[in-house]
Amino acid sequence: MAATQETVEQVQSLEQDKYKYGFVTEIEAESAPKGLNEDIVRFISAKKNEPEWMLEWRLKAFRHWQTMEEPEWSKLNFKPIDYQDAYYYSAPKSMEDRPQSLDEVDPELLRTYEKLGIPLEEQKVLAGVAVDVVFDSVSVATTFKEELKEQGIIFCSISEAIQEHPELVKKYMGSVVPYGDNKHACLNSAVFTDGSFVYIPKGVRCPVELSTYFRINAENTGQFERTLLIADEDSYVSYLEGCTAPQRDEHQLHAAVVELVAMDNAEIKYSTVQNWYPGDQDGNGGIYNFVTKRGICRGDHSKISWTQVETGSALTWKYPSTILKGDHSSAEFYSVAITNGAQQADTGTKMIHLGKNTRSRIISKGISAGKSQNTYRGLVRIGAKAEGARNFTQCDSLLVGDRCGAHTVPYIENKNRSARVEHEATTSKISDDQLFYCRQRGIPEEEAVGLVVNGFCREVLQELPMEFAVEAQKLVAISLEGSVG
Amino acid sequence: MLEIKNLHVEIDGKKILNGINLTIKEGEVHAIMGPNGSGKSTLANVLAGKDDYEITEGEILFNGKDITELEPEERAGEGVFLAFQYPVEIPGVTNTTFLKEAFNAQRKYRGEEEMDGLKFVKHLRQKTRDLGISEEMLKRSVNVGFSGGEKKRNDILQMSVLEPKLAVLDETDSGLDIDALRTVADGVNGLRKPDNAFVVITHYQRLLDYIVPDQVHVLAFGKIRKSGGKELALELEEKGYADFTGAEGEAA
Repeated sequence: MAATQETVEQVQSLEQDKYKYGFVTEIEAESAPKGLNEDIVRFISAKKNEPEWMLEWRLKAFRHWQTMEEPEWSKLNFKPIDYQDAYYYSAPKSMEDRPQSLDEVDPELLRTYEKLGIPLEEQKVLAGVAVDVVFDSVSVATTFKEELKEQGIIFCSISEAIQEHPELVKKYMGSVVPYGDNKHACLNSAVFTDGSFVYIPKGVRCPVELSTYFRINAENTGQFERTLLIADEDSYVSYLEGCTAPQRDEHQLHAAVVELVAMDNAEIKYSTVQNWYPGDQDGNGGIYNFVTKRGICRGDHSKISWTQVETGSALTWKYPSTILKGDHSSAEFYSVAITNGAQQADTGTKMIHLGKNTRSRIISKGISAGKSQNTYRGLVRIGAKAEGARNFTQCDSLLVGDRCGAHTVPYIENKNRSARVEHEATTSKISDDQLFYCRQRGIPEEEAVGLVVNGFCREVLQELPMEFAVEAQKLVAISLEGSVG
Repeated sequence: MLEIKNLHVEIDGKKILNGINLTIKEGEVHAIMGPNGSGKSTLANVLAGKDDYEITEGEILFNGKDITELEPEERAGEGVFLAFQYPVEIPGVTNTTFLKEAFNAQRKYRGEEEMDGLKFVKHLRQKTRDLGISEEMLKRSVNVGFSGGEKKRNDILQMSVLEPKLAVLDETDSGLDIDALRTVADGVNGLRKPDNAFVVITHYQRLLDYIVPDQVHVLAFGKIRKSGGKELALELEEKGYADFTGAEGEAA
């Protein structure tokens, strides 16, 4: 009997270990009551001490949201979301007295990041990264701020930006993703709790990679991050966003909005590594991730480059897009989306060519394992005035095992005869011969899968900034654990 | 070092090997020759532990330990290396990365400390220089876009880095021109040591002009029909396998 019990416990502990970053930080949250109504929207706005115009914008969004239909065109299967069964605001309690330096940051928080292998202090020193930490909806630490300030760079939480730089926020928020864009973005507009704000002034090349780490912490808390990044004329910025979330039982709704604006000759590089909790083997308890990310190349010769590594979430609905408005502007989308277990992902991009001689490039690598479903959905639209526009799209899918699915749904709309649009797609299976070859050389099967898949994604991973690439490679291997054998 | 006792193997119920007996000592090179379909490649794959093969009888002792139940990666860790007839391509994985993973995985299996990246790269560069292989090859994806000869040389490089105790060369000479053949053979000869052993599986005698075996075995119908010194290979070259391809069991 004892032995049986021991076995059961061992198996259970193995199951729990599967999500390596699934630990919970104990910080008391100060939450708004469950459910969503105008009072909650007002509560959030008041809690953040927001000006009237911000509240009005939120309320406008909320009223519009109530009239909207859920988008149903994606290849995702899930029970309808009960919006009244979630909390919309929580903040770590220690936020009442905002820490002025890292020393004042809740040590519990710092330990959390240490567990992730990304200690703030070390990062600050070693990687030269300025970190704006979003923890449970509220930014608690911003580093390098002074140094950045000297160059006129603004890097702060969106709440702070609303207070300190209302003219910029008013001008640009909702200019790329209007509040009524889609139901998820609209919800975000009404209840967003925090996020990052970046402004790079004319002619400035941001000297460090700006980065934010997101984690979901309090139970049942929808995460509604809002990021707004403006690169003024002749500027450059590289922004990193990475997330790992602690394990939770309840489904957690995540609806983020990211808006990027690139003026004449400006360049924005936006990289994401996403590892939200994917749920158990049946998909229970995982994060629902509905994200609206969009950038606009507003100025001539501007450039926006998205790099995405998606390994987590039970559901992913995400299409980082670029509107190429300025003449000669260009955009890139590099993506790795991995689904395992019961995960479902419907992701891709939109490239909207409006300006002359605009160029876009899409490289998408989808990996499906377990019984997951992975869909690439991409739109390339060439407007009537986009003389000489060009797009190149490459979509590769890799299947691990025989119970998963990979789907490619490209949409191409061309209204200009001078445009050139290319689309290439491949689907392959990880072969037994490849695995045997690796194993014969001594590499255990799971590591062999990680290695082959990392090779498959290399073209995308090498677009990531160095310190992120290493983390991403590890994630790729971790997220495919249990996919073979 | 290697002792194969009465080994019987089936694939999908079809008998391929019918009682192989073979003993290989440290420092020896054994050649296994035979007509097509005699079970040569099966023997190589079974030694390496490939799935799909069912051992119905017999055992494989490697340094006294029965390895028939070990996974392929465990056998590799024990020191078994297979040079493939058709080396596999792994797009996007550089030779350096692949070798480092393999090298450290084997060390880990043996309970040895893993080697850090910088030190390993130094070690690897030395090996490429010793073999006269260009360092540029290290940056390329494993076997992707390699010519037949390059793939085989790459296998030899892997062998020299991983330093196996027993290397099985499965028709390494197939598809190689005479120059490539010589390069590969030189590589193998350079790796011969008193404490390792080689099994050279080949259809033709010519490889054995360059890698001189201590013993030659003729495999036909899943059994070793004849064993002898290196002169047996020459005899086969002259007479062909006719003596062994008659009715099953009627070998000379």
